[in-house]
Amino acid sequence: MKCCLVKWIIASTAPQGPDDISESELEMATVRHQPEGLDQLQTQTKFTRKELQSLYRGFKNECPSGLVDEETFKMIYSQFFPQGDATTYAHFLFNAFDTDRSGSIRFEDFVIGLSVLLRGSVNEKLRWAFNLYDINKDGYITKEEMLAIMTSIYDMMGRYTTPSVKDDAPFEHVEKFFQKMDKNRDGVVTFDEFIETCQKDDNIMSSMQLFENVI
Amino acid sequence: MAAGVAAWLPFARAAAIGWMPVANCPMPVAPRDHSKRQDELIILNVSGRRFQTWRTTLDRYPDTLLGSSEKEFFYNEEAKEYFFDRDPEAFRSVLNFYRTGKLHYPRAECIQAYDEELSFFGIIPEIIGDCCYEEYKDRKRENAERLQDDQEDKKDFKPPNMTFRETIWRAFENPHTSTMALVFYYVTGFFIAISVLTNVVETVPCGSTSQKDISCGQRYTVAFFCMDTACVMIFTVEYLLRLFAAPSRYLFMRSVMSIIDVVAIFPYYIGLVMTDNEDVSGAFVTLRVFRVFRIFKFSRHSQGLRILGYTLKSCASELGFLLFSLTMAIIIFATVMFYAEKGSSSTKFTSIPASFWYTIVTMTTLGYGDMVPKTIAGKIFGSICSLSGVLVIALPVPVIVSNFSRIYHQNQRADKRRAQKKARLARIRIAKKGSSNAYLQTKRNGLLNELLDLTASEEEQQHLNKTKSLLESQHHHLLHCLEKTTGHDFVDEQLFEQNCLEGALQPYRSRTPSTSSLEGMTGTCCSRRTKRSVPLPIANAPASHAHPLALTHTLPKSPGLQELSAINIQCAEKQIHSSSRSNLNMQTNEVDRRNCKQQKVTTAIISIQTANTGSPAEDGGHGLPNRGASVVTTTSSNIIKVSAL
Repeated sequence: MKCCLVKWIIASTAPQGPDDISESELEMATVRHQPEGLDQLQTQTKFTRKELQSLYRGFKNECPSGLVDEETFKMIYSQFFPQGDATTYAHFLFNAFDTDRSGSIRFEDFVIGLSVLLRGSVNEKLRWAFNLYDINKDGYITKEEMLAIMTSIYDMMGRYTTPSVKDDAPFEHVEKFFQKMDKNRDGVVTFDEFIETCQKDDNIMSSMQLFENVI
Repeated sequence: MAAGVAAWLPFARAAAIGWMPVANCPMPVAPRDHSKRQDELIILNVSGRRFQTWRTTLDRYPDTLLGSSEKEFFYNEEAKEYFFDRDPEAFRSVLNFYRTGKLHYPRAECIQAYDEELSFFGIIPEIIGDCCYEEYKDRKRENAERLQDDQEDKKDFKPPNMTFRETIWRAFENPHTSTMALVFYYVTGFFIAISVLTNVVETVPCGSTSQKDISCGQRYTVAFFCMDTACVMIFTVEYLLRLFAAPSRYLFMRSVMSIIDVVAIFPYYIGLVMTDNEDVSGAFVTLRVFRVFRIFKFSRHSQGLRILGYTLKSCASELGFLLFSLTMAIIIFATVMFYAEKGSSSTKFTSIPASFWYTIVTMTTLGYGDMVPKTIAGKIFGSICSLSGVLVIALPVPVIVSNFSRIYHQNQRADKRRAQKKARLARIRIAKKGSSNAYLQTKRNGLLNELLDLTASEEEQQHLNKTKSLLESQHHHLLHCLEKTTGHDFVDEQLFEQNCLEGALQPYRSRTPSTSSLEGMTGTCCSRRTKRSVPLPIANAPASHAHPLALTHTLPKSPGLQELSAINIQCAEKQIHSSSRSNLNMQTNEVDRRNCKQQKVTTAIISIQTANTGSPAEDGGHGLPNRGASVVTTTSSNIIKVSAL
């Protein structure tokens, strides 16, 4: 009896919460998004017609409504990393793809992002990576942003690793990164510093070419 | 890997570019997709009906027939299609599974035919969607039961080498397994009946001497006593035998049937102990009532009684509610009747509790007539009482009956679902673990691949890569990139635990050379020890460590060491991974170890047994020689180490 009373009190004082969620779910379910035409996408990206068709088929199969919201995105991405927790990194990734901050990824966002990653020039890819690390998109990567990204990457490893992931491993990694990248030691990494350092590093340059033929 | 996730793998791989700038180590080479074909339509000809789908649709589930190269066996060269000689109706749901990621069970389909189709196409039934899973399981159970009836004879198959005790227990539980058991079963049944009968007949008056009638029990005391003794002896023997044979005596003693047995035979023994003491004979008579409980022993012989008992038990809440509402009504009406009849003279309604009897008799429409209201008000309320009695009694009963049947079935279904859920989750967990295990397995094999990358030709590499599907190799490459980015390697749970133990015991062994943070080796003799059972990406490391060695459970083979045992009981909490390498390095088995910053890992180590893979370099390098000072410090409750000198 008592718990029913408590629940009722809570429910009556905060009516917006559950309603909002159900409303937004309803919106998600009814709103459909149709992508721009094939020709337009062809001009915007570097994919061929057939590639766009096959990409869209896969995309539409997973998300019949034409939009990916963050929860679905996190769930999909987490399936690739069963041992760890990929949700934080997926969140950053989602923001990197959702360029217009609409809260959902449309097919155009998806394909444009992929086009940069797979068919873009090295500079474009580096620009994309910089954009990913720069969480608040202000043009500078601070140590806190980098630490957040690094922690999320280490979270994906999970518990069972060798050697064990120490608590300060992300922090040390960030320190190394900043030592390498931050040339003028002002505590932030700008895009030019980033590009410059990466272009000098052979490892990074070669690994950028790694996923050329993914599609 | 799960459903349409395969479609997103290219995306996940592309997104891995985000790791590149922060990685400290070079990335591994990506698996090459030599089959550079465009997505094409595949024709699947199933007994004449042609289905068409994209190749990538089928590739989503590489561990099924259609998703793997197994379908090449069915390729028809002339018609350029895949021909399957199977049922096209069932194939529809199979193909829809690839398309939508959900497997449905068509209700019109025979369960066995469907099962066969699923197993032919390599799809496990556990992934049937929630919408159809219950129906599928129900049908499967029905079918199994139907088949089971035909195989009842198999139950009589006696497994060999049963101990005497087990034989007796089995004889008791399944009387028809052997003739002896059957005989015993009928004998006990007979004696139960005899016992109940004598209890009843005892009280019948037979013959009369002097003024009053005496019951048969008093007349033929000796005969009845002998009968009683015989019955009780049989029951006692049976109970003791059951107690002896029961696999779990404690459970047996707690069971309802055994309690009934005890209650049935107790009065006799108490009666033996207490002689004709006048004071307690009254109580003794009461005890004899308990003898009637022997009738409940019949429930072992009757299935129906057992079911009734169980259903009453499961319906208890409804019965309780009925009782409660009845009690409320009784109290109300009794009070009203009492006050209504208070005025009239020589009334039987002397008190409210006395009115209870009237109310009950009226409400259940019995109407004995021993208590009747005399005043007008009393009669009015009395009629109201009887009318409401009809309602109060009549209404809940059908509700209870239907409730009971609903609850009964629901109970069964809930248990079913719970059992199914556990199994399904376990299966999903195994599959999930299987995917990460697949990666770890591939890593061990993949070490060879990396070597070959440098030396061998392309064909050999291709050949090795063919052993797993392209999708899998791409997924593994992705995980490998993540490893390289962070500088840590994935490892499975057992090895991880073992590494922790190992690290706790030998803090001065350096580990993977590929990690960016190399701990310095404190120079001790143990650095000579060969590595064991850690999948390190070293070329000379043997790649087949199937069994992680249990460190603390094996005894040393070298005779020199004393056999002290280090019992490390680690509660696998999350804190384990914080037992960082640097902390463990500070853990140098000296006296000053207490000064170290230990968060969760305790210090005291005694000696270790190391059952190695028979490496000869063990001699002097055996971990920690016997330490005199063994300190037991538990800085946290997670790890308890016991020291022994």
